[in-house]
Amino acid sequence: MLEIKGVYKTFNPGSVNEKKALNGIDLTLNDGDFVTIIGGNGAGKSTMLNMIAGVYPVDEGTITIDGIDVTRLPEHKRAKYLGRVFQDPMMGTAADMWLEENLAIANRRGRFRGLGWALSGKERKEYKEMLAKLDLGLENRLTTKVGLLSGGQRQAVTLLMAVMNKPKVLLLDEHTAALDPKTAANVLALSDKFIEEGNLTALMVTHNMRDAIAHGNRLIMMNEGRIILDVRGEDKKKLTVEELLNEFAKLSGTEFANDRALLAN
Amino acid sequence: MAFLNALPGAVAQGIIWGIMAIGVYLTFRILDVADLTVDGSFGTGGAVLVVLVTGGMNIYLAMACSFLAGCLAGLATGIFHTKFGIPAILAGILTQLGLYSVNLRIQSDMANLPFSYLKYKYPITLRNVNESLIICAVFAIAIIAVLYWFFGTELGHSLRVTGCNQSMARANGINTDTNKIIGIVLSNGIVALSGGMLAQYQGFSDVSMGRGAIVIGLAAVIIGEVVFGKIFNNFALKLLAAVLGGVIYYIVITLVLNLGMKANDLKLFSALVVALFLGIPYWKAKISQKRKKKPAKDKKEAAENA
Repeated sequence: MLEIKGVYKTFNPGSVNEKKALNGIDLTLNDGDFVTIIGGNGAGKSTMLNMIAGVYPVDEGTITIDGIDVTRLPEHKRAKYLGRVFQDPMMGTAADMWLEENLAIANRRGRFRGLGWALSGKERKEYKEMLAKLDLGLENRLTTKVGLLSGGQRQAVTLLMAVMNKPKVLLLDEHTAALDPKTAANVLALSDKFIEEGNLTALMVTHNMRDAIAHGNRLIMMNEGRIILDVRGEDKKKLTVEELLNEFAKLSGTEFANDRALLAN
Repeated sequence: MAFLNALPGAVAQGIIWGIMAIGVYLTFRILDVADLTVDGSFGTGGAVLVVLVTGGMNIYLAMACSFLAGCLAGLATGIFHTKFGIPAILAGILTQLGLYSVNLRIQSDMANLPFSYLKYKYPITLRNVNESLIICAVFAIAIIAVLYWFFGTELGHSLRVTGCNQSMARANGINTDTNKIIGIVLSNGIVALSGGMLAQYQGFSDVSMGRGAIVIGLAAVIIGEVVFGKIFNNFALKLLAAVLGGVIYYIVITLVLNLGMKANDLKLFSALVVALFLGIPYWKAKISQKRKKKPAKDKKEAAENA
């Protein structure tokens, strides 16, 4: 479904701020794979997701989604294939627009936007049903400005917007990191549910090793722009946080450094 | 008494500048971009209209051409901004500067181009203020109606998202560059149309008639928001508020002129009024922040004392 081949990315090349963010990433996701990604500070986790989404161009390598080479496609054209949820709950929704308007925007992802009505009565009914499934009481707040919702509600809405058109790949970039533990657990459970129901292919960056082990069918660990560990199936189910930390020390030669990960575990 | 006599004229001019303010609203409020092109494109609209009408064209067709000329000016700014990577404010200033030469070219190097009402009988004129006022109002309402429809379409929605949250827009397949260009084009089209209307009203076109237009447009938008913001929630009403803001602005200007202010001091007065109104929401936010902080501090102190 997703194939990343030999992707390199250096930020600010040739300057004192030069940062080799990705150092030859090779990753192939099969249909229905749900991969969790962990790694230390600056390991390249978010950069990898941003490369897939086309936020910045790659220096080298190719990215293929469902057999289509998207390496040179701009961000807005790749959006057709991707559902995205960001770390910042403010980033995935338009605060000044109504809830139903936000959903209508997401519903038209990958479609030509012409002079037809932006929102039909029939859609409104569908959105109501979809929102009811979130179980947050949002189904009666279709004409509330999204900016008035809480961070957790906004993140749940962003998640719904990301999956409503059945993306080829769902990209979750630490999407529960900014939420309080209880809300984070709810959003994570929703993500599981949507991915399972839609049989979606997904990549989830997380700083929480427990979550990384508990969710998905495959786990990859990144360090200094490389994938250093790739565990799947039964082996992944048996992983423990301790094993992961030891494995990291062995493979990278350093302690696992991620402030938030250490706090969370 | 002199003020009351001048009132209809002030309202008519206010509506014309209010239409201009609708254009400013599109960029400033919807796209979240301060577009200074308008200082040039307003004059372009006037120049195109006068030259075409004196050349024998139908007045309404000439107004359509003013609109299109403004669109072209906006296109230049849009391309400077999105394809050249120039910050929007600077892109607008560049176009505005260039338009000064363009406007002079259109007017065959004449800084001021009169066109006789008696000869061309155009619909909006200060010789017939009351009728002009009604025609301007009809134009304003028609423009608001068209924009209300447009911003209810898929394309219109995607323009709103572009101004509201660019990351989200792109993540949902919206080409934010194209949308910014469309928004700036549309905005300057409306601004140039109003420039054509003012040229009719005053009976001439002047290459620098748009100088400070952005300030008047902003004044109208902000006055409209301050006065009607609480009651006008619907999009069409928000646009109407901008037009009414223009009317209020011109009534105030007429009043201060009647009270003895020198006409030459008007631009300074406008600049200060806009600075003041832009400052008000900022100060309001600051004050409410202070109020929010205080009780928390009190609580902490109380806890420490206990």
